[in-house]
Amino acid sequence: MIKQHHIALRNVGRIDPASIQDYMDRGGYDALKKALQTASDKVVHAITQSGLRGRGGAGFSTGLKKTYTSQASCVLLECMRYIVCNADEGEPGTFKDRIIMEGDPHLLVEGMVIAAYAVGAERGYIYIRGEYHQSIAMIRNALVQARTHGFLGNNILGSGFSLDIEIKLGAGSYLCGEELTLLESLEGKRGYPRIKPPFPAESGLFGKPTLINNVETLSHIPAIVINGARWYRRLGTETSPGTKIFTISGEVNNPGYAEVQMGVSLRDLIYRFAGGMKDGKPFKAALLGGAAGTFVPESLLDVSMDFDALKAKDAVLGSGAVIVMSNDQPILTMLASILRFFEHESCGKCVPCRVGTKQLVDLLKRLTGADDNRPDHVDALVYQSELMAKTSLCPLGQSPVLAIKSAVRYFRDELEIPPISQSRWR
Amino acid sequence: MKKTDILEKYPAKMENVLLLLHDLQNNSRMNCLSEKDLSLVAKHMNTTLSTIYGVASYYTMFSLTPRGKHIIRVCRSPVCHCAGVNDVFNELIGILKIDVGATTPDRLFTLETTECLGQCDLAPAMTVDDVTYGNLTAASIATILGRYRKKGASQGD
Repeated sequence: MIKQHHIALRNVGRIDPASIQDYMDRGGYDALKKALQTASDKVVHAITQSGLRGRGGAGFSTGLKKTYTSQASCVLLECMRYIVCNADEGEPGTFKDRIIMEGDPHLLVEGMVIAAYAVGAERGYIYIRGEYHQSIAMIRNALVQARTHGFLGNNILGSGFSLDIEIKLGAGSYLCGEELTLLESLEGKRGYPRIKPPFPAESGLFGKPTLINNVETLSHIPAIVINGARWYRRLGTETSPGTKIFTISGEVNNPGYAEVQMGVSLRDLIYRFAGGMKDGKPFKAALLGGAAGTFVPESLLDVSMDFDALKAKDAVLGSGAVIVMSNDQPILTMLASILRFFEHESCGKCVPCRVGTKQLVDLLKRLTGADDNRPDHVDALVYQSELMAKTSLCPLGQSPVLAIKSAVRYFRDELEIPPISQSRWR
Repeated sequence: MKKTDILEKYPAKMENVLLLLHDLQNNSRMNCLSEKDLSLVAKHMNTTLSTIYGVASYYTMFSLTPRGKHIIRVCRSPVCHCAGVNDVFNELIGILKIDVGATTPDRLFTLETTECLGQCDLAPAMTVDDVTYGNLTAASIATILGRYRKKGASQGD
């Protein structure tokens, strides 16, 4: 019997998130105390050894990110490093960071202080999306309490290490969840992406070395510091160690979230943790990773949910969003919604994305009508999205190809038949 | 709170501009940022009005036109879309008798759309100001709006 395994969710629902005492009673801030008695490079080493990969979607090695940031050479005399927590969760179908921030804000703060110590960052920012009112309130309260208890501020716990963390708010831009765009927004600018390289580890916030990690990623760090890299590596799969929070929505009986070891099957997520298909309807597809994700059909229900096994099937794990569709739900409806989303969120800085996202929506509208040239329109969708993937500046323009190609690969027949009812198009 | 007091809270660095704009908007009677607000921010940040306008107009949470007392934001992202958000819109439009983006004549509500609110397990979902409402049905929408209307009436608005 597969069980949940809680690392990032270990306190959620078990403590009063507004109480630092509750958190400390369950071993909270012990990891910070331990880390501060360890050399910072040893902390980086432990995180690298653990194999922790970024939980925001890209799956990059968290330890390597920290190594690059801590090693970034400082040209200027005043060598400032920043740590930024990406809490701009906006990927459709994803709400794992919200659950952590609302249910256990101190875990994020502790993980962030340890990460800052590891890379030698003196200033931190948590960039939370403006619509997450409850998360903002909980994190704000947690920062005040941490400061009062000496876990933040000057000379933390007498270690000589100082850090302060400030909250910054987004204002309704999906693109600002992309790390370089987030930095632009943090600097008080329009949310336009930057060209990379340079990567943030070298030149990030205000041009200084910056470590950017997702909320869920940082929430794994205290457990790794306490239990060690070998313990962590025993969880999950060889190349994707540890646990992952999956947020399961759509046509299941019990939509919600579950933190399980990497490598769980999609079938288990749906049937064991989400109560099975809604009203017993047949499973048709799941959209993994949100709008910037891929459709998977029934034949992939038993695939291992980890970064590399999914990649081998041309699918993505992404943020851990699992949007489930039954036979009642036309692929066209979901695809239309995804493409409309990208059209709305395209920032307009680069032409391929600004024009391309509009063209994709137009093509999709033709497919929802009674047009005769349906196979041609399907081909055009694939062609346009591939072109955008090659020429767009940032991940937004590079994303529609994922949903489009996976929809065409598995559900081309359906896309080519005129839909009976497409009343939900808006 | 007076506008000058709000400005004083934020050191004159561009990194504070989004926080400042949020604060000014939240404290404005019309739930929006006026040209005068943007000028004040520009002066405070020692930058141009066009720079501040560029920032304020980029982010969808900021409005440069007057809005009602309560902002209704309906999620239309894929999960809510497939859970029948159009029925939610039809219900809201039917009750409020305004289209998306408009404000009711009594200035109590403005109806807006938003992208994923992270409430996908409660789809379809919406927020009214800071409060989230999920698993929306025609009946629950009528109840929710009724509550705000009642509150508005008792406060003499």
